[in-house]
Amino acid sequence: MSTTGGNTLTPASQRSWLYKNRIKLAPWMFLLPGLIFFFIYVIAPIFQSIWISFFAWDGLGEKEWIGTANYIELIDDDRFYTSLINNVWWLVLYMLAVPVGLAIALFLNQTVTGIRLYKSLFFFPFVISQVVVGLIFTWFYNPDFGIVGIVWGWFGAQPPAILADEDLVTFGIILAGLWPQIAYCMILYLTGLNNVSPDQVEAGRLDNAKGWKMLWYVILPQLKPATFIAVVVTVIGALRSFDLIAIMTQGGPYGSSNVLAYYMFETALSEYGFRMGYGSAIATVLFLIMLVYISFFLWRMYQDERG
Amino acid sequence: MLKTLKKSAAALAIASLISAPAMAADLVINFDDPNPGPKEGFETAVKKFEAANPDINVIVNLTDREAHKTAIRNFLSAEAPDVTSWYPGNRMAPFVNAGQFEDISDLWESEGFHDSLASTKSAMTMDDKQWGVPYTYYQWGIYYRADIFAANDIEVPATWDELLAASAKLKEAGIAPFTIGTKFLWTAAGVFDYLNLRTNGYDVHNDLTAGKIKYSDPRIVDVFEKWKQLVEPGYFVENHATMSWQDALAPFVKGEAAMYVMGNFAVDAMRTAGLTDDQIDYFPFPEITPGVPRAEEAPTDAFFIPSKAKNKEDARKFLAFIAQPDVQTEWNATIGQLPINKNATVGDDKFIQKGFETVSTANGLAQFYDRDAPAEMAKAGMEGFQEFMIKPDRLDAILKRLDKVQDRVYK
Repeated sequence: MSTTGGNTLTPASQRSWLYKNRIKLAPWMFLLPGLIFFFIYVIAPIFQSIWISFFAWDGLGEKEWIGTANYIELIDDDRFYTSLINNVWWLVLYMLAVPVGLAIALFLNQTVTGIRLYKSLFFFPFVISQVVVGLIFTWFYNPDFGIVGIVWGWFGAQPPAILADEDLVTFGIILAGLWPQIAYCMILYLTGLNNVSPDQVEAGRLDNAKGWKMLWYVILPQLKPATFIAVVVTVIGALRSFDLIAIMTQGGPYGSSNVLAYYMFETALSEYGFRMGYGSAIATVLFLIMLVYISFFLWRMYQDERG
Repeated sequence: MLKTLKKSAAALAIASLISAPAMAADLVINFDDPNPGPKEGFETAVKKFEAANPDINVIVNLTDREAHKTAIRNFLSAEAPDVTSWYPGNRMAPFVNAGQFEDISDLWESEGFHDSLASTKSAMTMDDKQWGVPYTYYQWGIYYRADIFAANDIEVPATWDELLAASAKLKEAGIAPFTIGTKFLWTAAGVFDYLNLRTNGYDVHNDLTAGKIKYSDPRIVDVFEKWKQLVEPGYFVENHATMSWQDALAPFVKGEAAMYVMGNFAVDAMRTAGLTDDQIDYFPFPEITPGVPRAEEAPTDAFFIPSKAKNKEDARKFLAFIAQPDVQTEWNATIGQLPINKNATVGDDKFIQKGFETVSTANGLAQFYDRDAPAEMAKAGMEGFQEFMIKPDRLDAILKRLDKVQDRVYK
């Protein structure tokens, strides 16, 4: 054996390119598996569905190029506008979860006996499945045996069938969705409140800050990261509101509780849906709406990181 | 003792692992009804088939009906079974057109199905070829509470006016004349189909679902006008849009509603809910336009061979087997439905007997609105029916929308 042992360094000129650039390459090597999957499962399907939206296709046979006909049909589709408006309602009303979550978090942020139990009880709706939430609220709204009907009965009024009423149904589902979402925001704020610096609260007290002023000028600024995350998860939750609708109404009555995500599923993938192209066109519109929000999100992250 | 048991169990497991593929050819069957009755009927048939063909090893995949409807599109192209259950008429059209179902005209020829299964031949035929083998069908009609009818002194209605009179009487007695649950839409299509079949007849039903008649056609408007006579006085239970067909049984069972336009599969659920055969009975949907030949809804369930099946030879054997008169007799006696094979015997249950009489004397058999019309039209149409039942004054807007969908679907 004339060769040297493993530990000996080879002269710089003989080191491989890989070895010389190892510091630069290492992060990419670690990122690579994730990037590959991100490309296959996220990036590629986005372009694929945009591509499919220009075809008439039943998912089985030949695709037929029809250009922008799907989008032209969308413009003239009442169901699409119903879904779009409902999506806006979801986005607006879902935001209530943030202040309500904060209020509950502030209320629970005290040391009394058994506070852990109360916290768990408030957090409970977030732990159970959305399917269960949907079912519970469906029974809850049932005018014959649900509690809503009973309460209405106390006032001698005829209870409304919330899930069968085209004007009330979306709000009924949003309320069901808010229940777990508030719990989620609450837990985010509770952890945030743990990190509020006591020094600053103390200093605020010395300067005679109380109540709303204390909350607005001392506590809330320190909760900014928690607020940011709470808003982000709430927007995402509102836009992908799918499971509750599938469980509670299936978009009904006659499509009046549809949102874009469910309408897309219905046209492309459900029992009567054989229109991949049209479904993709809806998906593309939903994607564009999300894109506005995602760009804002990325821009904010970038700003924060810069300074 | 325990050790030997364990050992022999292990040996058995290994032996079966080795021998199973060598001994028998596998036949994979996807079936879509895990409800107790249908499951028992199917499994008994499979057992008999295995006994008759010991060299075939049947593997059954049992899925829920709704899940099956979406899963079929994946498994037909990816991991195709050798036999799958599905529906005839327009429901099989997408798969036939995409070449995903095997043409089994040869089997129809060699087994003489053109004669023995003649009643459903047209539903199984597309492009002059046969694509599947039906094993059961069932009647639709009005199921009613005989005890409530008797208590309120109501005769079984035979005409539209009698039906309206009976409804008015029930309503006055504080009982909802009809129960229905339209959450999943198709139940409303049953009512629409019958009103259409009785007002205009079989040909109009077929022309409408084939896209040859517009929804704004005066004849179809007339159907909705008839329907309005039931909707506007409140003859259907309230809040039907929140209920499935099973939920809608509750008022029927509690005696708060007296009639139910339904398929015969509901009888099983009514009996399970505690109603006796003295309390429930059946009558065919009453005549509306005098002289229109009576046609009935009789949806058929069938088995198909995917074109990507691996074991088509044994799959054909299975399809031939389930068409046999004795197999269909036993199977349909178990599930309480009607056999297709004309040499099979109908069960002695009173609903099956009455159903058989209704169906076999009918002038034409419709599959059902959502099987006769293409999927997209069916969806829009049934949403329209539901909307009409809640907001009858929107009829014009609904019909206009359905015309628009129709223009697009039937190009």
